Amino acid sequence: MTELDIRDLRVSIDTDGGEREILRGVNLTIKGNETHAVMGPNGSGKSTLAYVIAGHPKYRVTSGSITLDGADLLALSVDARARAGVFLAMQYPVEVPGVSVSNFLRTSVTAIRGEAPKLRTWTKDVKEAMNELSMDPSFAERNVNEGFSGGEKKRHEILQMELLNPAIAVLDETDSGLDVDALKVVSDGVNRFRARGDKGVLLITHYTRILKYVRPDFVHVFFDGEIVESGGPELADVLESEGYERYVNKAANLS
Amino acid sequence: MTITHTEFAVPTGREEPWRFTPLARLRGLEGDSEFTGQVGIDWDPTDCRVERVSCDGVRYEPVDRVSSRAWADVSEVVQVTIPRERAGGPSVNLRVKGLGGVASGHIRIVAEPFSSATVVLTHTGAGAFAGNVDVEVGDGASLTVVSQQLWDADALHLGHHHVSVGRDARYRSAVVTLGGDVVRLVSTVDYSGPGGDAEMLGVFLVGPGQHVEHRLLATHTQPHCRSYVAYKGALDGEGAHSVWIGDVIVRPNAIGTDTYELNRNLILSEGARADSVPNLELETGEITGAGHASATGRFDDDQLFYLQSRGIPMDVARILVVRGFFADVVQRVGDPDLEAAVLFSVDARLESLGLGRLGEAIES
Repeated sequence: MTELDIRDLRVSIDTDGGEREILRGVNLTIKGNETHAVMGPNGSGKSTLAYVIAGHPKYRVTSGSITLDGADLLALSVDARARAGVFLAMQYPVEVPGVSVSNFLRTSVTAIRGEAPKLRTWTKDVKEAMNELSMDPSFAERNVNEGFSGGEKKRHEILQMELLNPAIAVLDETDSGLDVDALKVVSDGVNRFRARGDKGVLLITHYTRILKYVRPDFVHVFFDGEIVESGGPELADVLESEGYERYVNKAANLS
Repeated sequence: MTITHTEFAVPTGREEPWRFTPLARLRGLEGDSEFTGQVGIDWDPTDCRVERVSCDGVRYEPVDRVSSRAWADVSEVVQVTIPRERAGGPSVNLRVKGLGGVASGHIRIVAEPFSSATVVLTHTGAGAFAGNVDVEVGDGASLTVVSQQLWDADALHLGHHHVSVGRDARYRSAVVTLGGDVVRLVSTVDYSGPGGDAEMLGVFLVGPGQHVEHRLLATHTQPHCRSYVAYKGALDGEGAHSVWIGDVIVRPNAIGTDTYELNRNLILSEGARADSVPNLELETGEITGAGHASATGRFDDDQLFYLQSRGIPMDVARILVVRGFFADVVQRVGDPDLEAAVLFSVDARLESLGLGRLGEAIES
C-alpha cells in the first residue's frame, strides 16, 4: 500500500531579514485509502508543507525526511517526484501563455506514463473527465490557466489529478474561491479519485466546508509550522464552531 | 535621382543607426570591401512570374551605405510578380543560399492590384550577404512575405527590406531570424495610398556570441493607414545580443492613423543582452491610436515549476515555455502550414542551442 511519510521536517526560507524557519518539525504519515485534512490559520505554514512535498526550489529543508514507499522524495527533482506519484493541486495555478491545455495535458501524461497515450483512448478519456467536471470541450484549446476564472483553474487542477492518476494527491486550498456548485463539482472529482483505491489525499484547507463533501479520515490542526492537534473528522466540527481562536490564544499565553 | 553609396559615409559606430552594431564583424560590408563572393537564388515552380530582370528601370532607394553598395553592385534583380487578381494559392518559395565570400543580391516583389499571395524567402549557407528586398503591394492586394534567416553560424547578413503599401492593400511580413553570426535587417514601410495596412511580425532566437538586429521604420504619409509591429526574441548564452528599434513617424496629413509596436525579449541565461528602443513621432493629433510596448524579462520560475510538477522534465518544460512565448506572434501569421514551419525552425534552433528537446507528445 502507498505510504507518504514525513518525519521531523524542518524548512526554512531566505528572506530579506535573513533565514526564517517556516516548518518546525512536522510528522505526518499518509497511507493509500486515507484522506488527511490539514487545517490552520493563514500563515501557519500549511501551504509551505504542500510546496515542499512537491519540491519547490524556494524552500530549504534543513532537517527531516519525506519518503514515498520508502524512497527518499527529497533527493528527487520536481518532475521526478511527480513521476514517482506525487501530485500538487495548487492554490494559485500558474498561467503558461501560448501552451494549450490539450498540449499540456498530453505532454504531462506522456512524461508521467513514460510513453505517449494512445490517441483515440486519450481523447475519449479527456473528454469524459472534462464532462464530469462540467468543463466545456473548448477548454482544451485555451492556454493553460490564461484568463481562467477561479473556478475554472480549480477544475483544471482536478482534471489533471484525475488524468495523471498519482498515488498521493496534495490539494492546497482547492476549495478557496469556489461557489457551492463548483465546490460540489470539485469534491465529486476528489471522491472519484479516492474511489479508485490506494490513493492518499492530503487536503489543505482554511475552512471546513469542503469537508462536508470530502469526508476526511484524519484532521490535523496546523499552527506556527507544526501540527498541534490531530483527531478524527469530529475535530473539524470543533474547529467549525470555535475557529482557530484557542490555538492563537494558547500561543499568545505561552509567549 | 539615384543615390550612390558615396553619399553615405563609412559608419564609425557613433551614428544612431550603427551604435549597436559590431562594425568590426561586418567584413568591410559597411566600408569598401569588394563583392567577390557568391549567393545563389533559386525558386520552386510557381504560377506566379519569377524572373531575372535588369536593374535598369527598377526604382529603389537605399537607406544606408550597405544597402546602397549592394544596389550599386547588383546587375540584375530577381523579380516576383503576383498577377493581378490572383486569388491566393500555393506560396512562392525562394531560396537564398550563401556560397561564401562577400556577396550582394536584390529581390523585388510586385503584388499587382487585387492579388493575393504568400512569398517565402529562406536564407541559408555561409559568407557575408548584403541583400535588399523591395516590395510593392498594389491597390487592394494582400501579400504576406516570410523571411527566414537560417544561416550557418559564421554567416553575416545585412539587409534592407522596403515595402510600399498601396491603397486599401494589406501587407504582412514575418521575419524569422535564427542563424548567423551577425544579422542586421532594416525594414522600412511607407504607404502610396490611403487605407493601407502593414503588419510586421518577428521571431528571433539569439545564441552565444550572436548579434541580431532588427530596425523598423514605418512612415505614415497617407490617411487611415495602419501599422502594427510585434517582435519577440529569446536570448541565450554569453554575448548573445539583440537589438530592436521600432520607429514610427506620423506625418501631418496622415490623419486616422492606427499604429502599435511591441517588442518582448526573453532572457534565458546570464550574459545575454537585449536592447529595445521604441520611438513614436506624431505630427498630427488626429489619429485613431498610437502606442508601443517594450519589455525584457527572464524565465518565469513559477511556470517552469508548474510544468515540472506535472512530471514534465526541465528541458521539455523550457521548450514549452519558449514556444508559448512566441505563440501569439506566430499565430498572427495566419497560415497553419507557415506557422508549423516557423515553429519547426524555432524548435530545431532551441535544440541546437541545447535549450530543450521535444517530447514525442508535443505537436504544434
